[in-house]
Amino acid sequence: MMKPKIVFLLLACLVTALLVSGCVQQKAALRIATTTSLYDTGLLEEIERAYEEKTGTDLLITSQGSGKAIELARRGDVDLLLIHSPPEETAFMSAEDGLYHRCFAYNYFLLLGPPEDPADIKNLTAIGAFARLHQLGRSGNPDVRFVSRGDLSGTHHAEIRIWRSAGFNYTSDVQGSGRWYIETGKGMGESLQVANEKDAYILADTGTYLAFRSKLRLVPVIASDEELLNRYSAIVINPGRHQGTNDEDAKEFVNWLLSEEGKEILTSFGGDAYGAPLFTPLEEGICESEPFSCTCSLIP
Amino acid sequence: MNEIVEGFIEAIRLIVTLDPEVLEITVRSLVISLIATVLSAAVSIPLGSLLYLREFPGKGAVIGVIQTLYSLPTVIAGLFIFLLLSNAGPFGFLRLLFTPAGMVIAQTVLILPITTGLTIAALSGIGREVRDTLLSLGATEYQSILAILGEARFAICSALLLGFGRAISEVGAAMIVGGNIRGQTRILTTAISLETSIGNFSLSIALGIILLLLALGVNLSLALLGRWHH
Repeated sequence: MMKPKIVFLLLACLVTALLVSGCVQQKAALRIATTTSLYDTGLLEEIERAYEEKTGTDLLITSQGSGKAIELARRGDVDLLLIHSPPEETAFMSAEDGLYHRCFAYNYFLLLGPPEDPADIKNLTAIGAFARLHQLGRSGNPDVRFVSRGDLSGTHHAEIRIWRSAGFNYTSDVQGSGRWYIETGKGMGESLQVANEKDAYILADTGTYLAFRSKLRLVPVIASDEELLNRYSAIVINPGRHQGTNDEDAKEFVNWLLSEEGKEILTSFGGDAYGAPLFTPLEEGICESEPFSCTCSLIP
Repeated sequence: MNEIVEGFIEAIRLIVTLDPEVLEITVRSLVISLIATVLSAAVSIPLGSLLYLREFPGKGAVIGVIQTLYSLPTVIAGLFIFLLLSNAGPFGFLRLLFTPAGMVIAQTVLILPITTGLTIAALSGIGREVRDTLLSLGATEYQSILAILGEARFAICSALLLGFGRAISEVGAAMIVGGNIRGQTRILTTAISLETSIGNFSLSIALGIILLLLALGVNLSLALLGRWHH
């Protein structure tokens, strides 16, 4: 049998590990929940390095999909939320779960599809393209399929918004309207692979697309349409509602992200790995008006 | 297919160069799952012995529940612990969410049914007459339990190995409770999940190979320990 001595030794290790993990928590630490599309590009690792070097604040970043990220924020398990889903941001703020809401960068979603473009949508607007995909898909055209994340992520919310703008009721007209509309319920990377295998159209964020580009046959069919705007925001969790959350360090981090130094990192990121910058920082004087309609000034 | 070959090459490269980040993740995986296994052994060996030896009403039902929990989905185990450890949960004040200690708790809960159930099965394999003989020869009950546990040690060790295997290979609970935070709670399985979602397939496969090598190492050490013991 296992020697009591060994068991004792291992238990001693456990206690030490518990104490050490307890001590780590004592250092200034900022807990951040983020959507996967922001993390998967590698941007946050670069930000983490730069910020920890400058301030010594430990950034604890957990990236688990928008729905989970919002839930973590709503429960006060993190101090800061990084998100790209405007309707949910508004709901979060009006529920008073957030103290400050600042947008900091944007890029565009891409509508990807097979290079032959079987639905012939490349010269249409995003709304026009969605309407045509719906028409062809429903009529049973075997070459037209659409893959959806179907996971209520920020990207999925953006897709739902475009269906609505195109005049459809998402739940009754699009979901379950036929075999042409495929819901994966998975992350962006996995969904891209499904779309690629099925030669389908798909809405994707720029970062994940570029990361997967070499593995994909699909190409961007429509890009930089205003409807495809993808705005990223930071929300400081309200310590008044969630005891023990660290709004001071969260505020400092957001202000750094909005500073010239933060913008510099956002502007230059992606040039080496992807050949083109992935994010454009939002500037005061521009972010307040359409289509951004958000606040990007420093938090007082 | 290329990814698989590249995965093997990448695994060799990561191991030979002792890549510091991979090393850190590997050690963390090992330590967390080992502690979870030892904790569950500390609970399940006495508990399993007790359940085996004592007769009480509803014993069959208890064992039935334990065996059903073999199928506990890892995400559900993780979600359960998450809800307890979350800031909004009853144990939020302990601040264990997103810490290795929280992950140890989740993995322990996850494998406890397996180690307990298989301990009972291991003891059942020895047979009641051994105990009766021991008692008739004048052994105390405590001495007889130790003797039976000694006889069943190989089966119990393999129960613990199975528990360890489930702990080190699961990703659902580690992701929810640990959060896959770089430098804090990232372990091999959550790193594999992340790299796969980013499209770094060969790195994922390399990390998978390292995980299996780790399991091989644990199995070999246990086998050596057994031999040295004799």
